[in-house]
Amino acid sequence: MTGLKELMQPHRIVMMLIFAGLVIWCAVSLRWDWLPKYAPLALEGLWTTIWILAASLVIGFLLAVPLGLAQAVGPWYLSIPARTFCTIIRGTPLLLQIWLLYYGLGSLFPQFPWIRSSELWPYLRQAWPYAVLALSLSYAGYEGEVMRGAFSGVAKGQLEAAKSFGMPRFTMFRRIWLPQAIRNVLPTLGGETILQLKATPLVATITVVEIYSVSSRVRSDTFIVYEPLLLLAVVYMAIAGVITLAFRRFENG
Amino acid sequence: MTGLFELLGLGASAELLSLSGWGGNLLRGLANSLQIAFGAYGLGLVIGLFGAYGKLYGGKVTRDLLAIYTTVIRAVPELVLILILYYVGSDIINKISEGLGGGRVEINGVAAGIWVLGVVQGAYATEVLRGAIKAVPVGQIEAAKSYGMPAFMIMRRVTIPAMMSFAVPGLANLWLIATKDTALLAVVGFNELTLETRQAASSTRAYFTFFLAAGFLYLMVTLCSGAVFARVEKWARRGQPSLKGGTS
Repeated sequence: MTGLKELMQPHRIVMMLIFAGLVIWCAVSLRWDWLPKYAPLALEGLWTTIWILAASLVIGFLLAVPLGLAQAVGPWYLSIPARTFCTIIRGTPLLLQIWLLYYGLGSLFPQFPWIRSSELWPYLRQAWPYAVLALSLSYAGYEGEVMRGAFSGVAKGQLEAAKSFGMPRFTMFRRIWLPQAIRNVLPTLGGETILQLKATPLVATITVVEIYSVSSRVRSDTFIVYEPLLLLAVVYMAIAGVITLAFRRFENG
Repeated sequence: MTGLFELLGLGASAELLSLSGWGGNLLRGLANSLQIAFGAYGLGLVIGLFGAYGKLYGGKVTRDLLAIYTTVIRAVPELVLILILYYVGSDIINKISEGLGGGRVEINGVAAGIWVLGVVQGAYATEVLRGAIKAVPVGQIEAAKSYGMPAFMIMRRVTIPAMMSFAVPGLANLWLIATKDTALLAVVGFNELTLETRQAASSTRAYFTFFLAAGFLYLMVTLCSGAVFARVEKWARRGQPSLKGGTS
């Protein structure tokens, strides 16, 4: 540990002691008796948060690559729609997008008999497909802009070298262009991933049961206000810490 | 095709959106949103300026405390922070009012929104301004010091004008975040644009009409602020050599 010496300065030790005292005070004098009863629900909620986050990151990134490519090198009939999509997504609040998809599509679909009788209907009646869709589109909108910069930032000479080797265009993209672009924006992607994590509690407003809505439920069931919220903040900080560490690993490895 | 149009309510949407119908509510919501965004942005800038100075020139303890503030605020979702700050704020005000012998106070929605979002914005503004102040050449500040300028005058005459060009892009981003974050206050029940929209939409069942209209309003705010900030940036960069083309 290189940071240990830095950590052991007098004022920091005092602060850590105060912090430890605060934690002990929280543990002793605040009410935690609700915890055992709601723990299974909270774990389920945590799992929902994590998989919605993971799904929207993967889908969003897969959409962001073509969006970035279209904006960076695409012809006008591809780049203009891509840019419009990114502007609209980045210019409106995510909460509005989520509600538009959930309430709008949710009220539109039942009016078509062929959708009601299709095999997808049991899923379309639930809230999570809309949550994943909205979060993925939002991530794609922000990341499309990031990838545009990344694709145009890759050195021209590298692509020309690949071309002169007679590499097919797709191989060139897969082996040289994409890896270099991603490598250049890894720090930005790390920050954006944490922003995406912080966007997940919004899906609680469309009845998806994730960790945030579990805390709201504890609050409305037991009228305990601060304890669930504090615990929730700690959980989010822990996930954000894990994401930061994982990206640092990626960047160096 | 006409069936689809009827389904989306395009024919009736103009009537629904008229000012005498729900359109007035939407515009009132927009006014509330903008009011909160302006207030929160201003409060955030003030906190950010003090925070940046504290982080750069403050003592060890100040610096560590500010580091904790910015890290925690940036790692916890805004929605959770809004709830925590909202309850803390109303508890404190009620305690004070009870101490003074008054009853429970009804919290003004706009003031609460500004307080909550301002504290969140302050953390981001601290980082933006700290970076901008650090980008100002040290020599300029040292020169001002050697002339015997007091600290506040250095800030007003040297540091702030010189850092503006570095800070404007980040501050523009923050303003956009502020306008979009006002939507989160809908969850706590403030009558800003998103909540007004949802109420209008659920009572008329014309979801697409209202959500698209609100999206359009937000987009207009974003695009207009983009134009304004482009001018501000040009103003902040006045006198600096252009990087494009080499000759200015």
